[in-house]
Amino acid sequence: MHNTWLYVGLFLIVGIIFPVIPLVLSALVAPRKPNPIKQSTYECGLETVGESQVQFKAQYYVFALVFLIFDVETVFLFPWAVSLNIQPYFVVVEGILFISILIAGLSYTWRKGMLEWA
Amino acid sequence: MEPTQIIFLVTAIMMLSSAVMVVSSRHLVHAALWLIVTLFGAAVLFALLEATFIAVIQVVVYIGAIAIMFIFAVMLTRRELRDSADPWNKGWPVALALTAVVAVTLGSFLLKWDGLLKTSQPMAEGYDSVASLGTALISPDAFVLPFEVASVLLLAALLGSVYVAMNKK
Amino acid sequence: MNFWSDPINSVYESWLLAFTGWGLDATLSQVIIYILGILILITFAMVIDILLVWVERKVVARFQGRLGPNRIGPFGLFQPIPDVIKLIIKEDTTPANADKFVYNLAPVLSLASVLFLWAVVPLAVNIFGVDLNIALLYMIATGAFGTLSIIMAGWSSNNKYALLGAYRQVASMISFEIPMVVSLLIPAIITGTLSMKTITEYQVNNFWFFLVSPLGALLFLIAAIAELGRSPFDLNEGESEIVSGYHIEYSGMKFGLFYAGEMLHAFTFGGLLAVLFFGGWHGPFSSEFPLLGVLYFVAKAMFGYWIIMWIKYTVPRIRIDHMLLFNWKFLTPLAFALLIVTALVHPLLKDQPQWIYILGMFLSNLLLGWVTIEILRGRSAKERAAVEPVAAVGHH
Repeated sequence: MHNTWLYVGLFLIVGIIFPVIPLVLSALVAPRKPNPIKQSTYECGLETVGESQVQFKAQYYVFALVFLIFDVETVFLFPWAVSLNIQPYFVVVEGILFISILIAGLSYTWRKGMLEWA
Repeated sequence: MEPTQIIFLVTAIMMLSSAVMVVSSRHLVHAALWLIVTLFGAAVLFALLEATFIAVIQVVVYIGAIAIMFIFAVMLTRRELRDSADPWNKGWPVALALTAVVAVTLGSFLLKWDGLLKTSQPMAEGYDSVASLGTALISPDAFVLPFEVASVLLLAALLGSVYVAMNKK
Repeated sequence: MNFWSDPINSVYESWLLAFTGWGLDATLSQVIIYILGILILITFAMVIDILLVWVERKVVARFQGRLGPNRIGPFGLFQPIPDVIKLIIKEDTTPANADKFVYNLAPVLSLASVLFLWAVVPLAVNIFGVDLNIALLYMIATGAFGTLSIIMAGWSSNNKYALLGAYRQVASMISFEIPMVVSLLIPAIITGTLSMKTITEYQVNNFWFFLVSPLGALLFLIAAIAELGRSPFDLNEGESEIVSGYHIEYSGMKFGLFYAGEMLHAFTFGGLLAVLFFGGWHGPFSSEFPLLGVLYFVAKAMFGYWIIMWIKYTVPRIRIDHMLLFNWKFLTPLAFALLIVTALVHPLLKDQPQWIYILGMFLSNLLLGWVTIEILRGRSAKERAAVEPVAAVGHH
């Protein structure tokens, strides 16, 4: 009867198209008089010095790495959490073992000072 | 043709063409963005197979985490983002021949496989794939050992990446 | 089937009958009705969004001792209309060095990622887009597109401030995603499902989850504020340093899309807080009259939105390193501790009478909160002693 994924697929398509409508509307009625000053990079009145797409602290990358590990971990935890009700008590311990191994990793990262903004 | 077949073909074409864009883009960030299109196509394929959990995980992990990390890595490590070198070199006929051989071999193996033309059974009404997956992951007679080993693997990945990042300092 | 007891399905079936009666293919007419339904749902969300402009402006004015919009319509209620018209007729400037395609796609993706959420949010007992059995994960997945849109906006604007703002925002979004996901696991453990509809129905039949997991609700709220990039976590747009963050180069309607997306996102998170911990559409007579349920849902979501606004206009901004440390050294360990406690206590008590279960879960949360506060107190005393040795000696 009702097709779940058909609905989700259509929702994604309509959801992407819908925000385009005000943009099109705006493009039709808004004035368009570009000039070099308007199109320059905004930097509090100063000229931009050097390349704009500069590189930033590598610290962001470390946080992204730690996040990635924990993100994959939570993927395993979702099925575990859902089936907790229909399982004997020791599966709780299995899940806790799983979590604590990764918490050990987090505390290693912490102790080595990689979570500091150095 | 059935609607699902049309969706499959459109997705497959989208995935293949964006994969070509990944390797041919001159700008690394563009390549990463095209990669996201390819990964999303894979999620659509999983959804077509009614593998709901895998489809969403594909988006959560690959687009939400790995693609973001790629973009971070590209932006943080490379000084020159724009690649100006010629993408073709003298070895391209050899590469083409090798890929053709691999493609033909894989294709012939696939054709021999009798599962290729079978239609999969539709999922039973009210079947909860997530709960079944969870049960399989933690039952002692199923995959509990791989489940725990996975956490050790993740730990190793975390320690390794922290160690590498530490040495750079 | 009666319209008042089951509005969506009765309309669906009568339209399906009408469409197939006109000689349309059954699948095609289903697709058309789905698209119409989606458009109605999205329009509903956008109408709320436009009203939120008025709510936000009025509330911030009251917080700051001003009147707020009061000229157009009663209480300035029609203020959003000229606001929207102004955004539409504004000239839209694009930086000369911007990456045009990515630059234009980013605001669209930003609003779309919020609209996607509305596919799974149950508005009433039988008014919802779709009942996905992995709705909680779907919610996280839509967040991935939001993160993507921010990094696309920041990078394609070709502006240092924009890129810096995007980095900060993305780093905080991905970091706070971990405690958010873990707090989502608590309703999943109790109900044994990831479907928002089932989670709400469980709360309607039993108890609201903030009773058994107040700490989980608090974690979700904090992580939601960080995901939204609202104060105190709004350093992505710290106007004194990087002007306005990742959307600095956007103007006109493209800025409007970011603005609308952010506002609707806050409201939607208020709604999700209601769905996960405050019974969703549950209220007096909500099961008999679904449209009443929609009203309750909007009221609860508005309450969540109001709390987010309250915090936003009260608390000052914190630094990026403090924010990430707050997440990784405090919120994430606390979230995992809460998950372990819930996983241990829930199976023990689930077969007991309901009041014992609620009391036990509540006390375990309280105990964990107390232990956390004691640990924090000990640490902060130690740190204070390290910074001010003289003062510490003077106390003893």
